[in-house]
Amino acid sequence: MLNQLTISELTAKLAKREVSAREATQACLDQIQRVDGQIHAFISHDAADALAQADAADKLISSGAKNRLLGVPIAVKDVLAVKGQPLNCASKILGNFISPYDATVIEKLKAAGAIVFGRLNMDEFAMGSSTENSAFGLTRNPWDTTRIPGGSSGGSAAAVAADECIASLGSDTGGSIRQPAALCGCVGLKPTYGRVSRYGLVAFASSLDQIGPFTKDVRDAATLLGVLSGVDPRDSTSVPEVVPNYSAALTGDIRGMKLGLPKEYMVGGLDAEVKASVDAAVKKFQELGAEIVEISLPHTDYAVATYYIIATAEASANLARFDGIRYCARVDGADPIELYAKTRGAGFGPEVKRRIILGTYVLSSGYHDAYYLHAQKVRTLIRNDFLKAFEKCDAIVTPTTPTAAFKAGEKSGDPLQMYLSDIFTISCNLAGISGISVPCGFTKNPKLPIGLQLLGKPFGEESLLKIAHAYEQATPWHQEKAGL
Amino acid sequence: MASAEIDVKYVAHLARLALTPDEEKQLGAQLGNILGYIEKLRELDVTNVEPTAHAVPMVNITRADEIRPSLAHEDALRNAPRQSNGLFIVPKIVE
Repeated sequence: MLNQLTISELTAKLAKREVSAREATQACLDQIQRVDGQIHAFISHDAADALAQADAADKLISSGAKNRLLGVPIAVKDVLAVKGQPLNCASKILGNFISPYDATVIEKLKAAGAIVFGRLNMDEFAMGSSTENSAFGLTRNPWDTTRIPGGSSGGSAAAVAADECIASLGSDTGGSIRQPAALCGCVGLKPTYGRVSRYGLVAFASSLDQIGPFTKDVRDAATLLGVLSGVDPRDSTSVPEVVPNYSAALTGDIRGMKLGLPKEYMVGGLDAEVKASVDAAVKKFQELGAEIVEISLPHTDYAVATYYIIATAEASANLARFDGIRYCARVDGADPIELYAKTRGAGFGPEVKRRIILGTYVLSSGYHDAYYLHAQKVRTLIRNDFLKAFEKCDAIVTPTTPTAAFKAGEKSGDPLQMYLSDIFTISCNLAGISGISVPCGFTKNPKLPIGLQLLGKPFGEESLLKIAHAYEQATPWHQEKAGL
Repeated sequence: MASAEIDVKYVAHLARLALTPDEEKQLGAQLGNILGYIEKLRELDVTNVEPTAHAVPMVNITRADEIRPSLAHEDALRNAPRQSNGLFIVPKIVE
């Protein structure tokens, strides 16, 4: 089944002319046809356009062209601009919006030869941890369709886990790549803040957002990160740091590397099976020759509260642009203020409204210093925890999530409980460091994937990928498929 | 830190967000709960701690002041709810 291949497997077959890009793309489209009625990873996809891109790739291949992603079908979260395609952020408010330009990451994928297709479901404006906040309906976990795929990039994770594409892109503001990757059993990488340009990513929280890949193995994550990374004059927060050859870091040799185990992450609310899998992974790292050191991240317990001040404050400012003037499904009013309020009241869903109100409140006159400024100071403490920890270790090992995938509806009525499901992933964004989730086992009954999180130094993706790859090659978890 | 009471109606006005009475009531309760949780940040002494606005602090990112191609006029207007004569149409702002 061509749709089950990894990027490296598919590009090898394409280069040898064993298969065509059209056949690979058709296999993905067939899989969508077969399973997406159950999974609903895609909001929409343009099959004819995908096949036309595949034919163009086949022409290039037959003319002898070589390129890193030539002929590889890659699907995209509905938060990234792809010229000529709809962009809704899984919200009603954008109406029939069609992107007038490509995001930088999309330009890069296309320049590397990828077939860019599909709009993947997500929590509205990337706000959520279950993809239940989409205005386009739920996405289901491919391992158990009564359960959520995680979020906010639930569609991106589910599409890769269900082999509806070869790889996908998502965005991560507080765990929105790593958490769904963990819950769906694929690899999800959040690059260091500034590593990947956000031009063409609809902004949620500008000091936290990063774009990253979902893949079937670590090698593919390294390949995609190499394509996506680099400074971009159109994103002033992108950093002019050299882009290394990430694939070259995948030597399998992690002897002598130091892995930090934060004592604050192995307590309260951590599911016994998740803990057992992470403990087993730590043993595996020792067998592979890594040294385990205990570290402390003393401000861990304050991360979720800090995040929900900073992220909502930034969101309330970023989402001000959705006002019904230049775009959006407008609801008319007697004056502009009434038009704005009615358009936004009708267009935004409950979680987005909740966060806009909270964010507006913590920035409002009289509360700014008490909430927003205070949270920014706590953020410094959280970042310093990590910088101090990285003096003792090359990467940090944690569970990605406290539990495996929960049932649809289980937490949707209680926003705070939903927020607390991100407890292990949020600090990484506040600190601006890199993080990856890789499969590290399964729960017994039902069989659900468990994710292992590795956190790396700022611009430490090479070490992160090296460690993740060595672990993956020594364990069978990434080879298991959801029985669809 | 301030008390965990939000005047939802007033904040919604600041946010230019029309809410139904039911939404106001529900949001008030939920946000009270979330703010109650956030209060735990008060435990921390942050005297003499500098705030972090961005994790990778960079300042004065500039480029040459040159005219470059930008989004075409018709592309910028393509998604407008209402437009005419190459302009966005909005309700009357001044009498």
